[in-house]
Amino acid sequence: MELNRRAFLKTTGAALMATALPMSLVRVAFGSQSPSQNFTFGYISDAHIQLIKGTKFVRNWDMGLIRSVQEANLLTPRPDFFMFGGDLAQLGMKEELDHGLEIMSKLRGKVHYVIGEHDYYLDLGAYWQSKIGPLWYSFDHKGVHFVVLNSILTYDRWTYKKWESPMDRMLAMARLDNPEGSPFMVGEQQLGWLRKDLAKVNKGTPVVVFSHSPIQKIYQGWNFWTEDAEKVQALLKPFKKVTVIYGHVHQIQYNQIGNISFQAVMATAWPWPYPQSYTQVTSRLPKLTVPMNRADPFFERDATGWQFIDVRKGNVDMHYQLPDNKNRSVVFNTKTGYPQDAKYQAADSRIPPQAHF
Amino acid sequence: MGKSRKSLALAMAGVCVSIDLMMCFPIQADEFTKKDLDRWQKEFMTVVAEGEKLFHSSSLGKNKVSCDQCHPNGANTHPETYPKFQKQIGKVISLFEMVNWCLRNPLEGDPLAADDPKMIALLAYITYERRGVPLAPGKH
Repeated sequence: MELNRRAFLKTTGAALMATALPMSLVRVAFGSQSPSQNFTFGYISDAHIQLIKGTKFVRNWDMGLIRSVQEANLLTPRPDFFMFGGDLAQLGMKEELDHGLEIMSKLRGKVHYVIGEHDYYLDLGAYWQSKIGPLWYSFDHKGVHFVVLNSILTYDRWTYKKWESPMDRMLAMARLDNPEGSPFMVGEQQLGWLRKDLAKVNKGTPVVVFSHSPIQKIYQGWNFWTEDAEKVQALLKPFKKVTVIYGHVHQIQYNQIGNISFQAVMATAWPWPYPQSYTQVTSRLPKLTVPMNRADPFFERDATGWQFIDVRKGNVDMHYQLPDNKNRSVVFNTKTGYPQDAKYQAADSRIPPQAHF
Repeated sequence: MGKSRKSLALAMAGVCVSIDLMMCFPIQADEFTKKDLDRWQKEFMTVVAEGEKLFHSSSLGKNKVSCDQCHPNGANTHPETYPKFQKQIGKVISLFEMVNWCLRNPLEGDPLAADDPKMIALLAYITYERRGVPLAPGKH
């Protein structure tokens, strides 16, 4: 069964919505022996639900999450499950997490959650764990091993330094460009757990890792970065087919490092500039990435979106459909062995709005 | 008569003193020292710092949203391209008008006057973070 946007729209009979849906369809194609192992899942990330005061929340961010949930509910046939990629809240407050979870509760289907730094640094994940569950875990689904990491930890000397209040720590980490920030990491305790978890998995089993931060080093200044990324990559090296899907960056990124394919997901809240547009520093955009069109700020949902993932035959095909922005398909090319943009990968196929400055 | 002669003599003495001073301390147009430069840079950086604070402030608008949420380090503001034809507004505008668009919309707040010290500070910060990039007025 192949799911794509056209088939989906046909099934729902919603042809009129074809231009309105900001859906991103991701096909994770794994080396499954039987077609029955093919399945799909959805991915929503970076909602940044932000409390103004009392029961008032920032409308713009609310609308992004509400819209993605509503659209995800239109998917037919239903995906097997959904992922939420972290940063449900802006400042980790109970009110924000509760409000975000209330919106997410309208989503039909099982949801697995990844924690982001905006959910964590107020109470170090206490409320998250009481309402949602553990911060790192794994599960198996139809022949694929899924790992959820908490990749937004950092050095203890930063986390536990003498903050005036937990909110001061939260605000310090929430500021993306904070020169007093601290790099994300998975940490030794979790690496030990991951080593044990993966030891039980056959090396031919496809592995999908979900993290909030990129498990690769792009630009430390904005924490598009995981300090011990190489250690995680080393643990994933023995597996034939590995995909890491991460949030945090609010933009299209994809890459291939050895056996590992990397895919970023969009935010439902707001897009971020590519790091190279901050000209005072050097950064490394993942080598394969063709930037998406620059967002039009006058259209709130531009360059935001969510993802639809299709698991089939070993690798990830991601189809981003972005409101008021060019639709994009990033497809794993089995000949070259890495993900490529279906339309824009060749340098001479790119369009002016993809040239960021 | 004696009185006017006296004042003439005084005036002439004054002119002589002035000429003397100019000979000893030749003053040229807009001359300044390292100390002046340091002070002016410091004045500028004080305003940049104020702009950085405002840019990251949750109280600039009215919904707790701050500029840096979408524009870390002022990125994606392209100050070097203004004035330019802002297609969504349909005319050529200056950067302060885009800042005000952001204050009104994503920040749900009130616009600032072009010469409001807060606006000057915001523009100083945005432009400083983009220093070294060649001017490209009109570029989209």
